[in-house]
Amino acid sequence: MKVELAKPNPPKVKSAKSSGPFSIMWREIVKDKLALGSLILLGLILIIVYGASLLLDQEKIVTVDLLSIYDPPSAAHLLGTDYGGRDILGQLIIGAKNSFTIGFFITIIAGCIGLSVGLCAGYFGGKVDNIIMRIIDFVLILPTLMLIIVFVSIAPTYNVYSFIMIMSAFLWTGKARLIRSKTLAERELDYVNASKTMGTPDWKIIFREVLPNLSSIIIVNLTLNLAGNIGIESGLTFLGFGLPESTPSLGTLVSYASNPDVLQNKWWIWLPASVLILVLMLCINFIGQALTRAADARQRLG
Amino acid sequence: MLKFILRRFLIMIPQLIILSILIFALAKAMPGDALTGQLASSPKMDAQTLMELKQKLGLLDPPYVQYLRWMKGLLHGDLGMSVIHQTPVTQLLAGRIGNTLLLSFAILILSYLIAIPLGIIGGRWTNSWADKMIVGYNYLTYATPLFIFALLMLFIFGFVLGWFPSGGSVDIRVEDGSFAYYMSKLNHLILPAFSGAIVSTTITIQYLRNEIIDTKIKDFVKTARAKGVNESNVYTRHILRNSFLPIAAFLGYEIVYLIGGSVFLESIYGYPGIGQLFVASISQRDFSVVTALVMISGLATLIGTLLSDIILSAVDPRIRIE
Repeated sequence: MKVELAKPNPPKVKSAKSSGPFSIMWREIVKDKLALGSLILLGLILIIVYGASLLLDQEKIVTVDLLSIYDPPSAAHLLGTDYGGRDILGQLIIGAKNSFTIGFFITIIAGCIGLSVGLCAGYFGGKVDNIIMRIIDFVLILPTLMLIIVFVSIAPTYNVYSFIMIMSAFLWTGKARLIRSKTLAERELDYVNASKTMGTPDWKIIFREVLPNLSSIIIVNLTLNLAGNIGIESGLTFLGFGLPESTPSLGTLVSYASNPDVLQNKWWIWLPASVLILVLMLCINFIGQALTRAADARQRLG
Repeated sequence: MLKFILRRFLIMIPQLIILSILIFALAKAMPGDALTGQLASSPKMDAQTLMELKQKLGLLDPPYVQYLRWMKGLLHGDLGMSVIHQTPVTQLLAGRIGNTLLLSFAILILSYLIAIPLGIIGGRWTNSWADKMIVGYNYLTYATPLFIFALLMLFIFGFVLGWFPSGGSVDIRVEDGSFAYYMSKLNHLILPAFSGAIVSTTITIQYLRNEIIDTKIKDFVKTARAKGVNESNVYTRHILRNSFLPIAAFLGYEIVYLIGGSVFLESIYGYPGIGQLFVASISQRDFSVVTALVMISGLATLIGTLLSDIILSAVDPRIRIE
């Protein structure tokens, strides 16, 4: 029983095929000039920061130089020096690298926890869902910022890894709730039922079938979270409860401004770091907005 | 309705108990206990007397006994002793909680005063130049971390322009209770309150703007227009009435934001309130104060979300849990 079908025109086939989430996202970013500009700027900043931190000698930057305390910007120190005569530009680059890397890892870890908890609660429903939702409700009413600060100050061995863990432990709940509600809706659809009838194991349905359908929402959420997490991290470091001193972040440079003299007279120490945090967060948010539109077909530009 | 409130209240009780257990466990994990607070004046004490004293104060009892005693103290308003200040924590709080409440209240009022007109303008004249400005403003405030914004405000208005004082809650030279005293208090409040308010307007503006855009094409609005209701009455009587109530309901959630915000605002502006006390106590390792503050903030957050849920369910019957 061989039926030879007439070959349709190849280009038509191509256009009839619905494009995947990634090509839609890309199209949306390119359509939105602000998002495209942000993406380019963010890419440039990251290349410069990560590239330069490879070339920079960290030892040399953190070495105290008593002869050049609080030097204003000059040819030797493009952005001047701090109270220990250390080069601000070098600290800015290392700080940006640390802030972004740590924000990124917090986003990924909190994302993974939130994702798996949310998928389980939404997919299995019933008792599992009930218990998980009670836990999430509880974490949401905690005074998060204060508890993070308390944990940071009583952690027995405090380093970058424990900081990432403490942050992730508090920041997964919002994502879990979002993913749960989306999974709840997805689970009622026919394709999941069909798969169940065919005897596909639950984990396979969850990860191979439900998860890909949520991918665009997850990416949007992670992008917006990344911006938020960089903000929270630098804010905590600013207060003195973030990264340990051995790993300076952008917040460390901003925190020098708690000294009124630095805030008032030595702008080159804290202003560049503040502006860099702002630019990073704005860029990531603009990209996130474009991705949000891509995830919601009604809002797309084209 | 009453049933919902009752049920929502009952959910709160286990949450409160778990919260207190968590905080008690944290307090136990912190170095130093109630004894260290009371004995700081006589540091030289041999191990024997120390053990006896610990026995007497019940610090060697099993944890659950200690927890129950701690809870009993809490319910009676006894929050323990501050190690650093050598005063009861309640006394320490009494002097500062007023400042934080004042600041939070000012932030709330200001943020509504800014957000509601902007939201209405944005929703009513969508895609006008004013709306585009408002959307841009929203992007900016959404992305700006509070501490950077507060720092920039302090730099510009406190130092470069010198319009406002750069720290404290009141000028110490003015007489307590006089007119100048209240004016000075107000003057110290303006900068932190504006910093907190501007960053927190985003959600209200966004919500109001979307709500108006959605509502203004609905049938009942068309009917009102067709009846000959003039345009400003269409907005005030028909559209806004529906949109305002949920905003009022977000008030409770706003408390959660205000608690976190007070930590940053008060440390940047040197404003003597709860947030500044918290940061100072953590740095000085004054953990009885820290425990009390976390407990109070947890309670405030709980009450805030409770309030919001009740108002929301009163406004929107679909939310009620059955």
